[in-house]
Amino acid sequence: MELNARIPDGPIDKKWEKHRFDLKLVNPANKRKYKVLVVGSGLAGGAAAASLAELGYEVECYCYQDSPRRAHSIAAQGGINAAKNYQNDGDSVYRLFYDTVKGGDFRAREANVHRLAEVSNNIIDQCVGQGVPFAREYGGLLDNRSFGGAQVSRTFYARGQTGQQLLIGAYQALERQIGLGKVKMFPRHEMLDLIVVDGVAKGIVTRDMVTGEVESHVADAVCLATGGYGNVFYLSTNAKGCNGTAIWRAYKKGAAFANPCFTQIHPTCIPVTGDHQSKLTLMSESLRNDGRIWVPKRKEDCGKPAAEIAEEDRDYYLERKYPSYGNLAPRDVSSRAAKQVCDEGRGVGPTRLGVYLDFSDAIKRLGAAKIEEKYGNLFEMYERITDENPYKTPMRIFPASHYTMGGLWVDYNLMSTIPGLFVLGEANFSDHGANRLGASALMQGLADGYFVIPYTIGGYLAGIKPGTRIKAEDPIVKAAEQTVTERMSKLMSIGGKETPDHFHRELGKVMWEMCGMGRNEAGLKKALELIPKIREEFWSNLRIPGSSDDLNQSLEMAGRVADFLEIGELMCLDALERRESCGGHFREEWQTAEGEALRDDENFAHVAAWEYKGEGQAPVRHTEQLAFENVHLATRSYK
Amino acid sequence: MSKDLNLTLHVWRQKNAKCDGKFVEYPAENISPDMSFLEMLDIVNEGLIRKGEEPITFDHDCREGICGTCSMVINGRPHGPRERTTTCQLHMRSFKDGDSVTIEPWRAEAFPVIKDLMVDRGALDRIIAAGGFISVPTGSPQDANALPIPKEKAELAMDAAACIGCGACVAACPNASAMLFLSAKVTHLGLLPQGQPERYTRVRDMVAQMDAEQFGTCTNHGECEAACPKGIKMENIARMNRDFIKASLTYRPAVVGGGAG
Repeated sequence: MELNARIPDGPIDKKWEKHRFDLKLVNPANKRKYKVLVVGSGLAGGAAAASLAELGYEVECYCYQDSPRRAHSIAAQGGINAAKNYQNDGDSVYRLFYDTVKGGDFRAREANVHRLAEVSNNIIDQCVGQGVPFAREYGGLLDNRSFGGAQVSRTFYARGQTGQQLLIGAYQALERQIGLGKVKMFPRHEMLDLIVVDGVAKGIVTRDMVTGEVESHVADAVCLATGGYGNVFYLSTNAKGCNGTAIWRAYKKGAAFANPCFTQIHPTCIPVTGDHQSKLTLMSESLRNDGRIWVPKRKEDCGKPAAEIAEEDRDYYLERKYPSYGNLAPRDVSSRAAKQVCDEGRGVGPTRLGVYLDFSDAIKRLGAAKIEEKYGNLFEMYERITDENPYKTPMRIFPASHYTMGGLWVDYNLMSTIPGLFVLGEANFSDHGANRLGASALMQGLADGYFVIPYTIGGYLAGIKPGTRIKAEDPIVKAAEQTVTERMSKLMSIGGKETPDHFHRELGKVMWEMCGMGRNEAGLKKALELIPKIREEFWSNLRIPGSSDDLNQSLEMAGRVADFLEIGELMCLDALERRESCGGHFREEWQTAEGEALRDDENFAHVAAWEYKGEGQAPVRHTEQLAFENVHLATRSYK
Repeated sequence: MSKDLNLTLHVWRQKNAKCDGKFVEYPAENISPDMSFLEMLDIVNEGLIRKGEEPITFDHDCREGICGTCSMVINGRPHGPRERTTTCQLHMRSFKDGDSVTIEPWRAEAFPVIKDLMVDRGALDRIIAAGGFISVPTGSPQDANALPIPKEKAELAMDAAACIGCGACVAACPNASAMLFLSAKVTHLGLLPQGQPERYTRVRDMVAQMDAEQFGTCTNHGECEAACPKGIKMENIARMNRDFIKASLTYRPAVVGGGAG
């Protein structure tokens, strides 16, 4: 397998401009002759489907939800970064680029990140044009706030609902194209396989989740924008339906999977209350602008109510350890610090797996009304879930699985190792390295969808003769359909005793414990023994009532869990092979005396991309060496 | 820590849109008050699957109150007893040990039942497709700060834009009207300068689609506002009606002209 990143020549700030000129164009009258399938309707997928249709391509868009407006981008709270420098505080495209490469612990491709920073400003313009009601100052201009890993205020936000508002913007643009007949929308459709003809992506196989019908759709190119695989941990901040099936099916058809072990554990989530828990809820990182994180200095105080612990007995550990970034230290650093204090026995709350996020100083300084204006809906959500009032008692938070930086490998054009298969947003691996900074996921999703794919897909399609699509009746297409149908029959016919959720929970426990915030060789090897056992049990003891020719939520879930049981194994394998600590990947064997991540740039300044070799065969690890020509490799320090 | 609950559920079961449905009774035992309502149903469903019975079908996704997927009428109220709360954010501490709980799907002509508690809300998407947008192709807008927007207006627009499109307003309305949903969008876009060029065509086109989808009209019951998990206000309907009247009075059919030369 060849990993050619196709990074354009020239200085970093001229690469994208040059590349856009070098890309071939499709004649306006010819665009309608090309059909593009977009799988996923979140920020990346929705933006791509709308933008490609505006250009004149024939577009079909698929989502598993009942409406494209419900994709999980909607749950992003805090904000979106852009290098506008409206605050006059020293921001620039170069600084956003620099911060993102550094925040990613030097495991991202410079050229991609620079392009992301360049188009970040266009995104804000686009969204305001669509009517996204960003927060404003009294003068009517846009407001900004700070996020982790940055010392400038470059985050645009719409209360605590930024993802929702950006998604609604993209959704409205998409619905406009649907109304104009330029996009055909397929809600409640799940992609279950990729159709590959002579090594080139030519379509997908879906299941209509209402009727159970298996259908194939052929096209000239396929875009996957299906999000991350964070639900491999069972408990995560992802929506219940989020899954890795589309990218996993593509992997099995030849798309390399890059850096699967790079997962982000978000430091500010509401702690777990019991075994019944079905998901975890994030409390926006923006809260760390005004909230102070602490635990008691002494273990003995941990059982007491927060109010009874005197100021001098509190350990504001992030402010103590990282004085220059303090409570705004990046996510991986903050999560690990929380784990450390809990491991020391200084955690709070009924399970002792929690730390305080305290707003009392901010309320004193700014008044409760100002805090409500900034974070009201988040406080309300917290109270609803925990039955505690965060205006009076500090919030309790704990890290949880949130985002996956790993994903399908893509080149500079966002094309995977399968020609014709493009991967956008969280589903690809491209921009965040080993750790994503806050407010950068929304930026990347929209950058890929609005401002990258419309150019790069043209360069690909211009090389294909219009009207040469494979026919839907072709034996290759029918064979792909057959594989999907057979797999479903197999799942339906196991006739065991346990539910899909049961196996998902079992897998989640293994992943969280052995491939979560801290990883080591012994644990990962143990996980690699345990996961195949759970998988074996799954395929012999699963029970799915009902039929596959009908709406069947157990069957949907079972198919996703079956894939998670394989994805988890690849994650552990990747984590085992990456013998260094970087960003969200913390190998306990590689840490400094102070417990900070210790990178090994000599041996691991590369992307690891895994190639599927067939059932029962070990996948092969390929590498793409990363060159840091602009941001010099340095130990990340937030002290 | 408070005591676990035992409840009796009366759940609407319906195989598909063509079959008749009926209530079926299920016990929900040893339910922790810290569970969400959907986690309680997960436990009931796991029990049903283990017995080989089909679990209760219901729509859900983000489980943090923002995606708008969950949709159940609980004891006669869309999203249940707690104000400004989606079903997924409703916790079992809102119920007492021994309670009977009736669970039904959204009921409206425009929302046909797909299965059990799951309905088809595609009509809401079609209303947006008819006009609920600003026509601004990718790459065309000017600088984001070129047009200041008074903070109060931006805040009001945001209040309306907070709609999650769940359809509780329709389910709560005796007329199954979608006017709260529609007016939230008309207000969101109509208050912003970017939304002005299409302000009047937007409201006309959206209302026409709403009528075509068999939603009823508003007769000021106010049930929608009470049921809305995001606190969308009825004043939006008044704003929409004003725009609609103006749009109707000033309507001129589009002039179709040939291109010169």
